[in-house]
Amino acid sequence: MTKEERLKKRHQAEKRFRFYGLTSIFVALLFVVILVQNIFSKGSSAFKKTVITTEIFFDQELLEIQNGASEEDIMEADFYDLMIENLIKAYPAKDRDEEDELLRLFSGDAEIEIKKAFLKDNNLIGKTITLDLTASDDIDQLHKGNYPRDLPEERRRISDFQLVIYDYFVENKKISKNFNNYFFNNGDSRDPELAGIGGALVGSFYSILICLLLAFPVAVLASIYLEEFAPKNKITDFIEININNLAAVPSIVYGLLALQILLATIQLPRSTPLVAGITLALMTLPRIIIPCRASLKAVPPSIREGALAVGASKFQSVFHHVVPLALPGTLSGTIIGLAQALGETAPLILIGMVAFVVDIPSSPVDPSSSLPVQVYLWSESAERGFVEKTSATIMMLLTFLIVMNFVAVYLRQKFEKRWN
Amino acid sequence: MNIVLIFLISIFSISLFFYGKSKTKTISIKDNIKLNALPKFYGYYLVLWCSIPALVFLLVWSLFEPTIIKSIIIETAANQGAVFNDKNEANLIYEKIKAIHLGTYFGDIDSILKESALAYAKFINLFTNSKVVLIFGIIIASVVYSLKKIRNNNKARDDVEVILKGLLFVSSLIAILTTLGIIFSLLFESIKFFSVINIFDYLFGTNWSPQRAFVRDASSITAAEYEELKDAFGFIPLIAGTSFIAFIAMLVAVPVGLFSGIYMAEYASTKVRRVSKPIIEILAGIPTVVYGFFAALTVGPFFRQVGENLGLTVSSESALAAGLIMGIMIIPYVSSLSDDVINSVPQSLRDGSYAVGATKSETIKQVVIPAALPGIIGSVLLAVSRAIGETMIVVMAAGLAANLTINPLESTTTITTQIVMILVGDQEFDSPKTQSAFALGLTLFIATLVLNYIAQRAVKKYREKYD
Repeated sequence: MTKEERLKKRHQAEKRFRFYGLTSIFVALLFVVILVQNIFSKGSSAFKKTVITTEIFFDQELLEIQNGASEEDIMEADFYDLMIENLIKAYPAKDRDEEDELLRLFSGDAEIEIKKAFLKDNNLIGKTITLDLTASDDIDQLHKGNYPRDLPEERRRISDFQLVIYDYFVENKKISKNFNNYFFNNGDSRDPELAGIGGALVGSFYSILICLLLAFPVAVLASIYLEEFAPKNKITDFIEININNLAAVPSIVYGLLALQILLATIQLPRSTPLVAGITLALMTLPRIIIPCRASLKAVPPSIREGALAVGASKFQSVFHHVVPLALPGTLSGTIIGLAQALGETAPLILIGMVAFVVDIPSSPVDPSSSLPVQVYLWSESAERGFVEKTSATIMMLLTFLIVMNFVAVYLRQKFEKRWN
Repeated sequence: MNIVLIFLISIFSISLFFYGKSKTKTISIKDNIKLNALPKFYGYYLVLWCSIPALVFLLVWSLFEPTIIKSIIIETAANQGAVFNDKNEANLIYEKIKAIHLGTYFGDIDSILKESALAYAKFINLFTNSKVVLIFGIIIASVVYSLKKIRNNNKARDDVEVILKGLLFVSSLIAILTTLGIIFSLLFESIKFFSVINIFDYLFGTNWSPQRAFVRDASSITAAEYEELKDAFGFIPLIAGTSFIAFIAMLVAVPVGLFSGIYMAEYASTKVRRVSKPIIEILAGIPTVVYGFFAALTVGPFFRQVGENLGLTVSSESALAAGLIMGIMIIPYVSSLSDDVINSVPQSLRDGSYAVGATKSETIKQVVIPAALPGIIGSVLLAVSRAIGETMIVVMAAGLAANLTINPLESTTTITTQIVMILVGDQEFDSPKTQSAFALGLTLFIATLVLNYIAQRAVKKYREKYD
């Protein structure tokens, strides 16, 4: 092999090596794109729901209440017969079976929706109004194009007759898509068309709030101690080793800790944001302490010495001068820690947050779900409608995480002083 | 009740603050003492003394009150003649008594329950009253003590700072308390587990099927039952499955992560670096439940489809899908750590290599990487510890049955999956099945601890070499 050939080979090796590097980065980036694209394409349709425009005649004979009835009376009144009478008029059905199939095109909440319309205007008796009633999950998925029509009938959840009605609705422009308020306001439900993340949002909010209230002060105080006051001795070393190890302990171990200490020993209520918040706080604590210490360390000693020189005590120099300067870094570290806590699932499963909770929690000691746990729960459900709900929940979760991370980066870039 | 107490304590503290502040003002004017601290520090001093002992007492009391009341009530119920065979039944009776007391119990109430409910009401009352009395006693004692201390004291600032420093120290001790809590809670149940199941049967058993261990009192297991039980808790298939999935993950994460790290550190312009580094780090910020969803609903079925087309039987919960997605999750850990490590290799080593005519890639391969190797191994070990502790991806995308297999297309299970499967839903405490989850947790905790320790040592040693 001549010198030139050898050199050429070496340069080719160089190019190959560079290419491997670029490919790796490209693979990683490609995966981010695929993941996000996959979630968005599945989930974006969940923000709309399919509604069927139906004429409702408020027949005096079918209702026990009068025009101008009080709110209580309306809540107690039975709208079931009225609903049935009106819904079966939506399409000319021949017999009972066909009527049943027709009724199954509407969601389980049709009665409540009619009631709500009457609550809004209690002078409707004897009048006819058009209402947009939520369609059932099967029709919803069909209308969104997520459901193949060309399967044989026995493998479909929708019968041929229901398809005929659906086509009739489409032809007469009786079916349309509205903003899905249920997705944001409702709690969990067995029916995909009625299930929402309202409860999970509130549960996550309470959990993260408790986590913040517990973890932030303790983390800041601990890092101030370790960085500014701790003598160099065995105890300090031991604390430091502990913090570093805790940051690497798998999150599920914190779930076991919570199960044994918080639930079995102290007997806090299961499945509640309170327990979730405490668990997440214990888990997040070391992850906040580490950036907090780094930002305290970044404040140059001259600041401390300046304060001491004009007669401040050690405490005053730290709390009046060092801590305010380290605050942007501290806050951004805390926000990133909280973002991790927000996406954490495994420990919450162990403390029982997988319970099926329909009600939206009104306090941190009510049973509740949380956003990531809701993702886990819905992903285990067989109904097709839950796939888009799960993806949409992930979209919400990712949005929160992105916002939190942006705030963290902004705080650091805008307010942090560079010292060199 | 507690909220009222906390409110009262804060009211006292605030009024004491103003009292202390004004008092020292008058003292210093009247007696012409030169104070070494601002008047507000005397206020702070009183506040700290008034609130901290009372709040600590309240916290400790609230932590232990339910357990103590419960054991007393169960004992009184037993004395009254209530019959229960194990802890679960005792818990049930306790819950019933509590519900009767609150008026939310609608079942039949017999005389035993009724008597116990009355006793419960009595104890609750007694405890609440003594709590209030003790708290007020503590407040009065500490306020009297602190008022005495601020008299003739011109260094209140130093005193306040000593207390605050103690507070800082206590905050940093919480890390130790958490570690102790983890060790205690894992050991406590694990010891119970190992008192039933021989530790060697656990460590070397090749069959994991805890569902065979029905609920039963762990303390009274016969020899015949044990023969059946000891085969149910074999750890080998779990560690095999965990390592196998982690191995697949590392097959993805190490090459991709390492090459991106090298490219970022050695080739990329600052512009490329500034854009691509945060994007890769997005991968680390995505919640694992999202990866799990993606693996279970998209990747798993996709692999099965591809396998079907190729004539292979691929489980839709294959180890391959879970491992692949886990590997992608871990890429940023490997890449950013190895990026850091490579960046801290001194430039002089590279310059020396260039000077003898090596190309850039030759320099990297023969000089930079060998120099950075301990650090790179450390970062890979950290990634491995993350992989074996990862839960949601494997819970959602890997299988539930423990198969001993090395075929990536079959489903296997992992330690974390089994912990979740055992503990999800209703658990019976004191059954070997529940306790086995804690034994698994302990094993996992020790494994990650050892890996992290080795990794941190490796990285530290490497850092010291070039600092």
